[in-house]
Amino acid sequence: MPDETASNERHDRDNRLAFGQSTRRTFLSRLGMAGLLTSAGPVTTAFAQPSVKEPLPSSISKDAVPVTLTVNGKKHDLRIDPRTTLLDCLREHLHLTGSKKGCDHGQCGACTVHINGRRQLSCLAFAALHESDEITTIEGIGQPEKMHPMQAAFVKCDAYQCGYCTSGQIMSAVALLKEPCGPEDADVKEFMSGNICRCGAYPNIVAAIQQVRQGGKAGS
Amino acid sequence: MKAFQLTRPKDNAQAIAATANTKTAQQGAEIRFIAGGTTLIDLMKLNVEQPENLVDVNRLALDKVEATPDGGLTIGATVRNSELAWHPLVRKNYRVLSEAILSGATAQIRNMATTAGNLLQRTRCVYFRDPAMPCNKRQPGSGCGAINGFNRNLAILGTSEQCIATNPSDMNVAMAALEATIHVRGTKGERAIPIGDFHVLPGNTPQRETVLEPGDLITHVTLPPPAPGNRSLYLKLRDRMSYEFALASAAVVITAANGTITRARIAMGGVGTKPWRSTEAEAELADQPATEATFRKAADAAVRDAKAQSQNGFKIELTKRCLVHALKLATQPA
Repeated sequence: MPDETASNERHDRDNRLAFGQSTRRTFLSRLGMAGLLTSAGPVTTAFAQPSVKEPLPSSISKDAVPVTLTVNGKKHDLRIDPRTTLLDCLREHLHLTGSKKGCDHGQCGACTVHINGRRQLSCLAFAALHESDEITTIEGIGQPEKMHPMQAAFVKCDAYQCGYCTSGQIMSAVALLKEPCGPEDADVKEFMSGNICRCGAYPNIVAAIQQVRQGGKAGS
Repeated sequence: MKAFQLTRPKDNAQAIAATANTKTAQQGAEIRFIAGGTTLIDLMKLNVEQPENLVDVNRLALDKVEATPDGGLTIGATVRNSELAWHPLVRKNYRVLSEAILSGATAQIRNMATTAGNLLQRTRCVYFRDPAMPCNKRQPGSGCGAINGFNRNLAILGTSEQCIATNPSDMNVAMAALEATIHVRGTKGERAIPIGDFHVLPGNTPQRETVLEPGDLITHVTLPPPAPGNRSLYLKLRDRMSYEFALASAAVVITAANGTITRARIAMGGVGTKPWRSTEAEAELADQPATEATFRKAADAAVRDAKAQSQNGFKIELTKRCLVHALKLATQPA
């Protein structure tokens, strides 16, 4: 089983959030409910409780293999089908849904995580091949109450619209700080070319990254 | 994706034994080595590759870049592309290799992809990647969808009636110009294969892309010492400036003295069914003045045997201009 304690703590935190502190996820789930209830009068807070997350049904085949993964400094003992990509493992087994599935073919960068400090694509990696590696996801970079300087810069520079690519953009941007990237905007664009933004927030993404690089707040 | 078993060999011998009992090491292999996975996992998701067993080579001790006693370089099979591209010895002595690798894919993919994996990178031909389409490379005898189909990005050199798929690698093109040697260990021992002999032309068997046999493990690649005083570079032309495969590219390694070219090694990418070394262009350059007239002669020689398809005729002129421009850059005063 995935680490239940961590998972329950996360659910508790989500449940504690009041309306005024909506996360994107709770806001969207309420929005969905509001759509269903448009003919039933005003939406009350009683209706708007976020549903308690059940562990997702795992499709463990008879060929499942034992795998120990180290994610954000925490060890997880799992049994997974060898076909499970690192991305699916993070999202479906460990409930770390910050890493996003965009194209699932290594073309968009939404699934970018750090493996042993280097940015890689979790959709093109089998989880079972990363047993002795240190994996860091967006959840390990920062939290709403304690954001990484890059996350803060993305907020300040409005470096997103829909936000779907954002965690991948930030994971790439944080890794870029330690890569031999030249000083110009053009250099940043080249180094960030593996992260596609359908909303086209590129100028603000480059601005956020340059702000962190020039502010000397680099490092994770 | 079809289910597979995972094998984790502890050393090269175990890895070779684990893959020896497959019918082929080429398209359709039941057992595959896996390293970075950037090509293989993608193709497994598309059901283009359906191995029953994957042999993980990531933990084998094949991840070092080291100078050789003769002044050359040895590059381990699982050295990541980014590590190779930024290695100080590569930046200093084999600039063309660094530039070629950095012109391909993205930072994330280069952090995953390996030397041997890049040598074995599969074509991006859309018919190969879609099992609903005919493709002689994926399904021998099913026909070629690309001939008279969408072939704008496909090969003009080394094609056959069966296949016009392009080798998509940038690294391979630089390796060809640098005269790399591929070192393989198999069930019958070790052998060294010059890169020019490693990839094979499609002919009537486009499913066969290399000389590798079941059980063959690429252990490392060696580069000869850099030619004294040479200048090298990689010029890549494509539809957009980043994260795109080449329509045409040129890897040039040039030694010139007093305005005369004394030695030239030329390879081209995006235009051949294998990484395309052009000894014809090299012959036109040797002992000739480093002038545009010479470069144009070399470029004409490089595409003399080119065959255009319905949509990719533009590549002939593009390849010539690419090569001429690369030669100008490599010979202009520093």
